[in-house]
Amino acid sequence: MNFDPRFSGRKFASVGTRPIRPDGVDKVTGRARYGADFNMAGQLVGRVLRSPHAHAKILKIDTSKAEKLAGVKAVITAKDLPDLTGGDAAMYDILDNCMARTKALYDGHAVAAVAAIDARTARQALKLIEVEYEILPHVTDVDEAMQHHAPLINDTIFTEGLEEKPVKPSNVTKRSQFGHGDVHQGFGHADFIVERSFKTEQTHQGYIEPHACVASVSSDGTAELWVCTQGHFVYRQHCAQLLGMEASKLRVTSSEIGGGFGGKTHVWAEPVALALSRKAGRPVKLVMTRDEVFRASGPTSATSIDVKIGARKDGTITAAEATLRYSAGPYAGSWAEIGAMTAFACYKLDNVKTVGYEVLVNRPKTAAYRAPSAPMAAFAVESAVDELAKELGMDPVDFRIKNAAQEGTRSSYGPVYGPIGIGPTLEAVKNHPHMKAPLKKNQGRGMACGFWFNFGGQTCVDLNIGMDGSVSLAVGTVDVGGSRASLSLVAAEELGIDYAQLKAVVADTSSLGYNDMTDGSRGTFSSSMATISAARNAIKILRERAAQMWDISVDDVVWEQGHAVAKGDKHGNLGKLSLKEIAAESGKTGGPIAGHSELVADGAGVSFATHICDIEVDPETGSTRVIRYTVVQDAGKAVHPTYVEGQYQGGAAQGIGWALNEEYIYGKDGRLQNAGFLDYRIPVCSDLPMIDTQILEIPNPNHPYGVRGVGETSIVPPLAAIANAVSNAAGVRMTHIPMSPPRILAAIEAERGG
Amino acid sequence: MVEVTLWGALGQLAGGKSKVEVEAKDIRELFRKLAEQYPGFEPWIDRGIAVAIDGTIYRDTWSKKLPEGAEIFLLPRLAGG
Repeated sequence: MNFDPRFSGRKFASVGTRPIRPDGVDKVTGRARYGADFNMAGQLVGRVLRSPHAHAKILKIDTSKAEKLAGVKAVITAKDLPDLTGGDAAMYDILDNCMARTKALYDGHAVAAVAAIDARTARQALKLIEVEYEILPHVTDVDEAMQHHAPLINDTIFTEGLEEKPVKPSNVTKRSQFGHGDVHQGFGHADFIVERSFKTEQTHQGYIEPHACVASVSSDGTAELWVCTQGHFVYRQHCAQLLGMEASKLRVTSSEIGGGFGGKTHVWAEPVALALSRKAGRPVKLVMTRDEVFRASGPTSATSIDVKIGARKDGTITAAEATLRYSAGPYAGSWAEIGAMTAFACYKLDNVKTVGYEVLVNRPKTAAYRAPSAPMAAFAVESAVDELAKELGMDPVDFRIKNAAQEGTRSSYGPVYGPIGIGPTLEAVKNHPHMKAPLKKNQGRGMACGFWFNFGGQTCVDLNIGMDGSVSLAVGTVDVGGSRASLSLVAAEELGIDYAQLKAVVADTSSLGYNDMTDGSRGTFSSSMATISAARNAIKILRERAAQMWDISVDDVVWEQGHAVAKGDKHGNLGKLSLKEIAAESGKTGGPIAGHSELVADGAGVSFATHICDIEVDPETGSTRVIRYTVVQDAGKAVHPTYVEGQYQGGAAQGIGWALNEEYIYGKDGRLQNAGFLDYRIPVCSDLPMIDTQILEIPNPNHPYGVRGVGETSIVPPLAAIANAVSNAAGVRMTHIPMSPPRILAAIEAERGG
Repeated sequence: MVEVTLWGALGQLAGGKSKVEVEAKDIRELFRKLAEQYPGFEPWIDRGIAVAIDGTIYRDTWSKKLPEGAEIFLLPRLAGG
């Protein structure tokens, strides 16, 4: 990479300010185009037939009656999506998940699809498709799926990561282990030990916009796809591979996105829409209903976690251990592995061991959900940490400060930390007025810490300077949280121009080089690095053009505050040339002026947060009310602080829903009982207090401005902070998420001996 | 020569070792030498392995130099949301 990413410690003019968001007017006036807002002449309506069974062999699919229905233009099954994955197991799972092949593996699994002239005809056609199933025993609970007598979901899976290769297939796809030291010895030195088991139920990201796309395949083999996604380049790769196309022949344009949170990092409907369009010879629009989003997109894992932590009387943790079981849906995943890596990452531990088990169940394929797997692990660990502090008679913040990881600490997942922010977030919480505010009857306060890795990845940016001196920025990371604003600020900073002179767009896959998707809190981190690089490349050309205009050596031209300046005594009488003046002459000095950058952004820098929460519990009904909530998080450098605060508040709001209400509820028949927002209750404004935020800035040494990712860490502490608050308010330790009123009431009554 | 720490699953493929020594100047050479020494690593490298060099995690920069005496940790390549 021909770019120095090291933190430079520069002073900022644009970065750190709060200009108005560039997408705001379109979004509040309804002009913004989301996935379902694209339309093409002659487009058909796509609909998907889904399995009503949790686990069943597909014996026969007869589509003949549906094909004969007037207005039906295409009907597809797995036969229309043949296996072209070439032995790539992960891609095969994606293919099978898009359209079941030999078995339906969960309630909602796609088995066939139709394209028809209107929605009514498409629905009628679905009813005419005859599917013969052989119903198989199913399992939806993570602990039950690990039992030796549990129905086997995939008899070709043998547990990876065991010392001895197993001889029998299992629903456990992988065991992973992390840690260092000797936990047995460590527990031997402990004066107090807390040991508890926890459960968290499966939740959905709950994005407001359902999955939607329009696919148009031409008879010459080229295709276009308009889609709501977190990564249109990745969708292009996946769709091209699954449909046997060359990637360059498939142009994918991302729409505005009404939330993704990891759930739109994965294809479901898109290959189906393309296959329908290919068969019908017309564009096909496929929009998932909310019921389909719940039943057949990618929720997070349900978990079952055992934690054991020991400490000496002086408050030093001597050993920590956790066993984490995460459901993955019916396909292999690495979700428990991430939980095992993140569980104790906040702490300085001499003896630590975590073991993760990936477990197959007859539920939808698990997808990433904002810092995937970390919130559940943090819930279990931070609950036990709180309980241990209580047993020691220590303040929970002081106990955490005493044991917090710091620069030079060996992390629980392996490497030694560089500069990190867990200590400063804890100190900020200790001194925050929220911690000293009085509580009323039936109210409790909880706090908790959280960790997330953050990632970078492949990134590409084009910066084009128009002849009028305005600047357009084409980026390839989908704007899920304000990156167009933050990247415009970064370009303005480098070029030394006003933010209003810039316009950032998300370019389609045929207009820009490959970009990894917007996940791992990488959007602003990665694309800002590429934007800085692209701007510096443009400045090099601007200097060259100014040198031409002045007829002097480029070595005598420097770039200062948006102007070319001639340096040296001999050029003292030359006035400055603005970017606008240089751009106006560009046609006569060599043509368009642009800066490009293609790089791999690495070294994202880990992130920490600490949250405080006050909850009121009604002991008669078990209902809860969040009274006050505060987020303290390290941002490295907040490029646009309002968006950073929004990310902090959004993570807390989602965490509040997860902690108190949200839950996939399956019946004994293995069918999802609450696939809609009436029965799956996400928080609305009236459920939430104003969420206060405090941004800390501990620079990331691997970014020129010190930027760290901020999007995900904010959802890691809430489950634990809220559980600690509810436990303190109700006087009983809560161990099962969500803490819905019936669960809280049951816990209170059990504590009373009732 | 750099000392490389393996996580559990890779350690098993390396005959139960948690650390191995490799003569490598950058991540690309490290992966090549590891695949030569331990053929079982190859599918893992194909699937993606992250390399932590003195605490900083690199997922894709295979040209990254491995300084003498640096702490080098192999980690699973993880997904984000």
